Amino acid sequence: MTSPVTASYFDVDGTLISTNLVHPTLFYLVNQGTPVQTAMRFGRALLRAPAMGLAELADRRTFNELLYASYEGMSEDRLVLLADEVFDTVIKPAIFPHARSLVRQNLERGHRVVFISGALDFIIDKLVEHLGAHEAISNRLEMKNGHCTGKLEKPVVAGPEKARLIREHARDHGFDLEECYAFSDSYSDLPMLSVVGHPAAVNPDPRLALLAKAYSWPSFDLRASA
Amino acid sequence: MSHPSVVTLQRDSRPRVLFSGDRLVEVDLPAGTRVIYPKPPIEPLKDPAAAIRYALSHPLGTEPLYAKLRPGMKVTLAVDDISLPLPPMKRPDARAQVLEVVLELLADHGVDDIEIIIATGIHRRMKAAEVRHMVGDRVFERYWPDRLYNHDAEDRDNLTVLGTTELGEVVEINRRAAESELVIYVNLNFVPMNGGHKSLMCGLASYRSLSHHHNPETIRACDSYMDPKKSELATRLWRMGRLCNQKLNVFTIETTINNRMFERPLEFLTKNEDELDGRERALLAGLVATTKRLPQAARQAIFEKFPAPYGVTGVWAGETEAVHEKTLERCFEQYCVPVEGQSDVVVFPIPYISPYNVHAFLNPLLVSVLAQGYLFNMNRGVPLLKKGGTIVLLHPCSDKFDHEQHAPYIDFVHRLLPETRDAVELHKRYERKFASDPAFIQMFRTGHAYHPAHPFYMWYWGENGRQHAGRVIVVGADNEYIPRLMGWETAPSMDEALYRARNGEARTLSVSCLRVPPIVMTDVSLK
Repeated sequence: MTSPVTASYFDVDGTLISTNLVHPTLFYLVNQGTPVQTAMRFGRALLRAPAMGLAELADRRTFNELLYASYEGMSEDRLVLLADEVFDTVIKPAIFPHARSLVRQNLERGHRVVFISGALDFIIDKLVEHLGAHEAISNRLEMKNGHCTGKLEKPVVAGPEKARLIREHARDHGFDLEECYAFSDSYSDLPMLSVVGHPAAVNPDPRLALLAKAYSWPSFDLRASA
Repeated sequence: MSHPSVVTLQRDSRPRVLFSGDRLVEVDLPAGTRVIYPKPPIEPLKDPAAAIRYALSHPLGTEPLYAKLRPGMKVTLAVDDISLPLPPMKRPDARAQVLEVVLELLADHGVDDIEIIIATGIHRRMKAAEVRHMVGDRVFERYWPDRLYNHDAEDRDNLTVLGTTELGEVVEINRRAAESELVIYVNLNFVPMNGGHKSLMCGLASYRSLSHHHNPETIRACDSYMDPKKSELATRLWRMGRLCNQKLNVFTIETTINNRMFERPLEFLTKNEDELDGRERALLAGLVATTKRLPQAARQAIFEKFPAPYGVTGVWAGETEAVHEKTLERCFEQYCVPVEGQSDVVVFPIPYISPYNVHAFLNPLLVSVLAQGYLFNMNRGVPLLKKGGTIVLLHPCSDKFDHEQHAPYIDFVHRLLPETRDAVELHKRYERKFASDPAFIQMFRTGHAYHPAHPFYMWYWGENGRQHAGRVIVVGADNEYIPRLMGWETAPSMDEALYRARNGEARTLSVSCLRVPPIVMTDVSLK
């Protein structure tokens, strides 16, 4: 097998799937060991909701940190045990109709296909496997004595950090960034899109759509079925 | 004595009214200029449905269609896409008329495993409303979208190799068609380059298969690609098409239309300006003034609003080559105007539409295709322009593109053309890589963008014109950058363009103007 000539970096939430980081988290919160645990965790998450709302407007990294604090105290075993179910019930039905074909286009052209996402590794890895990609750069929960601390391991995958991680990944694999591709739906991923030679807007939000038009970036929709 | 469609201008001739994109402009051409007008429309068939039925039961070179049918067989119909005719034909489109008759015949013979594929090749996918317009309401309601759909030249799972020609050309086409017991091709032959083996070999082919003939070498070897006898493009397509027809059971139906492009109130647009009556002159002046003042979007909307009232002039069915010979005869009868001798300068008014921008803006790459490709090739092997002569084209050449349909064109024009205009270098250095860009491929497969190889093909399409003409001068350009990218000069007026074409010499230049649209071809006899 020949080594990949270049890489294609995909944002995941909103780009390949319709869910975001909140959906799998909610699944975990409502599927705790007992109804009491579920109620307590859900209540705590609700208390954090306004802060998360503000953080989402200001800074994606802070939002991620607040969101993942909801996992504090959950056992690693339970997270891994439920991962298949999260994938089957939350992620899989949310994959956009043409996402698989886009990933396949890149694979068929010999690209290394990398998902780069703020979602958690044990879920994104399943999507990698399902869509036939090569690997993922994603967030990892910090564990202590088999339980989640509610913090993320560094580096936190979000916003401009994605661009740095892509640079690092390309350098480590010997890819010329000018030849690399990046796909995202969100204006917040502008740094990651700007770092490669071939950016593309996928199901773009209005700000990204405008920018893509101004710079003549390819822009398309994976949700359309007609 | 010259043909009535050839008008030699006198000192007191009125200015010609020519298209410059979506504007009509008055242009003073020097006395002695030959203006070549389209021939009047051939009288259309009085009963096209009867003619279609007659053609199906009296085919050329093969048995009648009904004799090929048996209950339960698998049949694929392939239909030309929206790239022709231009503008789209007023309903009912000729293809809709043919489909109605053919589908009725298939139903009568118990054939129900039918799929209709729009033979888009690597053109953009047609939208639902466009398909409905083309095939008619009844067929659309019954078959769209499951059994009436666009071909996908990048769907590896639905392409199959039929074989390889003796020269190594791989014939790879749509799997459904390849696996059918009968393939019926429904064509609308707009220009002589259309039809024949080109229909299946381009319309249902893969990019890999197309690349055997859509390349600079092929186009450079064409004397004219509007005459299959003088076209290397046709030679290659015919070789591949013959292989295809050996493997498949193909029944070809071709139709021709006349060149009644404008509705009666606007029909004077095809007339000699000196022969207009007072009402027509006033209307023409109004049109010139209106298109001058209206914003571009409004002008485009107006022109798109009126489909062309083309009339069907012929229907033939049967074996592909036998059918196409008849089609070509009728096409040439409609379009060819005999002209004596070539010219030093040929003026091409560039209109607002080409086969590749239906419902979109005519971008600068398509301007070059129309000028150095289509219009230059509107002959049967002898160009109207002398070797090394000057093309003067009228168009604003605006740096404007449709971001959906022509997304890959933008990169081609702004990233690749500044590197090189050499078609061979573009082909060898950039085409493969560019044509496999996954983002553009996705836009092609699930959006409505042209395939990323298409802008390359458009550049190659102008290659024989580019090799033949000494220079190209644009009159009416709204910028300097785009013409320079294309390798063209600009001039503020026709007088200035013709002065420059003389290169400072005192001699009088022979000037011809191809007064399009509608379509006109020249049969140039050399003195």
